Amino acid sequence: MDAASATTELALIRCTYGDTRTRSVPDLKINGQSYDLDVPVGHSLAQVLREELGLTGTKVACGEGHCGACTVLVGGLPMLSCITLVHTLDGAEVTTIEGLRDHPLVDAFLRTDAVQCGFCTPGQIVSASALVAANPSPSREEIRHAMSGNLCRCGTYPKIEEAIATWNEH
Amino acid sequence: MARLIKTEKEVEGRYEDVWLVVEEDPLEQWPAGARTIVGQETVRVDAPQRIRGEARYTADLQFPGMLHTAVLRSPHAHARVKSIDRERALAAAGVRGVLGPGEAKGLEDVAGYHGAPVAAVAAETFAQAQAALEQLGAEWEVLEPALDPDRSERHDDPNRYERGDLEAGLAEADVVVEAEYRTQSVLHNSFETHQAVCRWEGDVLEVYISTQYIWGIRDSVASELDLPPDKVRVVCEYMGGGFGSKNSPDEYTFVAAELAKRTGRPVRCALTRREENLAAGNRNATIQRLVAGARSDGTLTALGGEFVNSVGWSGWNASTDGPMRMLYDCPNVRTVVHGAKINTPPMKAFRAPGFVEGTFGLECLLDELAAKLDLDPLELRRKNYAHATNDRPYSSKNLMECYRRAETHWERRHEVRSRSDGPWKRGVGLASQIWYGGGGPPSYAWIRVGSDGRATVITAMQDIGTGTRTAMAQIAAEELGIPVDRVEVSLGDSARGPFASISAGSSTVPSMGPAVRQAAHDAKRQILEIASQRYDREERVLDLKDGDVVSTDGNLLIPLTEVVGLLDDAQVLGKGARGPNPTGMNVLTFGCHVAEVAVDVETGEVQVERIAAIHDVGRVISPLQASSQVEGGVIQGIGHTLSEERLLDPHSGAVLTQTLDAYRLPTIADVPEIVMDLVDEPDEHLTNLGSKGLGEPPIIPVAAAIANAIRDATGADVRSLPITREEMLRALREAEERAKAKDKVAAGSS
Ligand code: FES
Ligand code: FES
Repeated sequence: MDAASATTELALIRCTYGDTRTRSVPDLKINGQSYDLDVPVGHSLAQVLREELGLTGTKVACGEGHCGACTVLVGGLPMLSCITLVHTLDGAEVTTIEGLRDHPLVDAFLRTDAVQCGFCTPGQIVSASALVAANPSPSREEIRHAMSGNLCRCGTYPKIEEAIATWNEH
Repeated sequence: MARLIKTEKEVEGRYEDVWLVVEEDPLEQWPAGARTIVGQETVRVDAPQRIRGEARYTADLQFPGMLHTAVLRSPHAHARVKSIDRERALAAAGVRGVLGPGEAKGLEDVAGYHGAPVAAVAAETFAQAQAALEQLGAEWEVLEPALDPDRSERHDDPNRYERGDLEAGLAEADVVVEAEYRTQSVLHNSFETHQAVCRWEGDVLEVYISTQYIWGIRDSVASELDLPPDKVRVVCEYMGGGFGSKNSPDEYTFVAAELAKRTGRPVRCALTRREENLAAGNRNATIQRLVAGARSDGTLTALGGEFVNSVGWSGWNASTDGPMRMLYDCPNVRTVVHGAKINTPPMKAFRAPGFVEGTFGLECLLDELAAKLDLDPLELRRKNYAHATNDRPYSSKNLMECYRRAETHWERRHEVRSRSDGPWKRGVGLASQIWYGGGGPPSYAWIRVGSDGRATVITAMQDIGTGTRTAMAQIAAEELGIPVDRVEVSLGDSARGPFASISAGSSTVPSMGPAVRQAAHDAKRQILEIASQRYDREERVLDLKDGDVVSTDGNLLIPLTEVVGLLDDAQVLGKGARGPNPTGMNVLTFGCHVAEVAVDVETGEVQVERIAAIHDVGRVISPLQASSQVEGGVIQGIGHTLSEERLLDPHSGAVLTQTLDAYRLPTIADVPEIVMDLVDEPDEHLTNLGSKGLGEPPIIPVAAAIANAIRDATGADVRSLPITREEMLRALREAEERAKAKDKVAAGSS
């Protein structure tokens, strides 16, 4: 397929999932609050969080599942909200960075300077929160393994490792 | 009183005379060493907002009635758009505006690269705008792309440099080495893509943009739209990385501004990640044909280089020869840097443009020379230490001290090599760096101290994620003698503060810091004048310390809040301006890296195990954020060296690496141990701080240090980036053949 027809195909997909038909997501819990949403078919969770609900702490850096910036918890597990269709989440419990603002990891990131531009950071916190929930004292190896899906172009990795390794020491 | 002075301004090593208004006599520098607040570890002042997802980036802005834009981009590397159907697109669902070629700056009917912007559609939703691009029904005349930088059109003004006589220098040499190095094109991939939202408020155009240069955007937009500059307000409170790619407005800004004008609605134009990796700039590929000559004791007699920068369809010719011209004391140097115009996306500045690439070539060449001379690479560098560049002395240079501090890391090489194990060979390599980073005028700052004893630094600069707010808060707090948490930094809005410099060229701290200190000093002077009158003391015995007004004889201590409290709701206002750089001097940064690597000689896998980064950037303001800058630079350097490469289809010129699975950024698992050591010696000739910039230096020597460590481990000369397994195995084979040939010669002569 050449580039031009690839573009056509992408556009057609977007047309089909255009913005006119909406469908309800009657029972979605976000940060402990229940929502009854009526949103266009084909909308991702990230889009709904950011555009419909104003929860812009969740960032989108690639929009296609490659970077981890948009990570949220669904039922306590990290998920990429940019490639999760919101209509698949009826009945689910979602936690975003807005629900983790008082997590001790926030303080650990602050203390260790594990943030530069900050665009990847909310996603890093969300992923790290899932890690420490499952494994409160992860080894350096385990941290690297669990966090390798969260890219950071600024290169805050050493500080992130330090923050997670010492998250409950202060 | 405003003073008008004439001073020198340096841009990429070229000097020009400029007029400058400064406000006061210069302040004395603080004595060397950490102060109460400056030089101490401080948490990043805007970290809570960024970490908790409260910071509002351009990407997060939503205005009532805002339209979204999609841009039609060329699917071909070289083509002309024959026709588009504007009417059909305008009739599509949700569409409110269409721009064709020529209707906004940047939209052109001849596309010189894959991804070149041609037309744009604004609609109620982004999906509708994207769908409407199809309705434009663009028809293309596909043209032949030029893709070979060695055979393409060259810019007719190559950069040439010459001192001494290269041929004579080579004739004098006992040993000559020659090599060709190649570096690839890499993509910035700032996490927030390039984007702007434009809206009209009355006759003022508001531009919300992810940028490194608020004032540059204001000027470019005002001149393009023929508006008085004050009718353009540019806002950037938080931005998600730039690395050099966000210094200018580009098509997305002009498209949003034009569509906002036509529709009367706020308009967003944001690149997707794929568009970002097509059309938002790149570090250009280079070809470097280099030669070096030296006497048998290691004294350099000649350095020469022919460089070809593949700048793309447009883009400028960076100083890839800079390190060769500046790093060593060599009497005979000749360089020429060609810009090759090819049908690839235009380059943009990327963290030390030219110097990253040129240092790879030069510093590898130096090690190849050291090997041939059988000299210690560190000794070779010391031997050719430069004390001036082009007859201009340095305002300060502590590279020798960096070398001294490098010794402990360099010494580890015996132990590191001895840990080679089976196919894994280990070694240590080093490389030096030289770069600008002195900043310069003009730059201005104000400070407001309220009756609550809190201060606000006001200046229309931008914090691109480097810790700018923190450094400015520390400087102001230090000068005002108050804790750092009593200082706010208000920036990011051209309507809310004075002119501030670009956040590029490692210039933020050295350009803005002195203006902030001057403003704080001005406020402090006024506060002490007030105290002297109110408490009947001579002003010269008064000072501000730990939030109090104190007298040097020790018998007065009044809280600052009591003094400024006299003003009620009024405030003390301080003004500061950045003074000139020292005339007739080179203001530069220096450093060296020592890398430890392991190479699997069977598979060609390379692992970087440790990097020591030692830099001389003058006084360090924020050591914690400085360490983050160093780590960030080193990690980007590792990506550049080992994994990152923009790949093109060799026939069509299509960019194949548009997504973050195809384009391989370093992950947390790729990070070695990083050791940082900053000399922290104020530059006595530079401003009231003696600080230089640190954004770019740490990426510069990474590739060469790694390549030199690979040579130490395996004897193989890596000459092309990235060092893929293929390149590593090629270099190993070549080294093996060289060794065999040598054995044969030895056997033949015995
Ligand atoms: S934005 Fe979802 S993975 Fe990148
Ligand atoms: S902090 Fe900038 S991308 Fe991670």
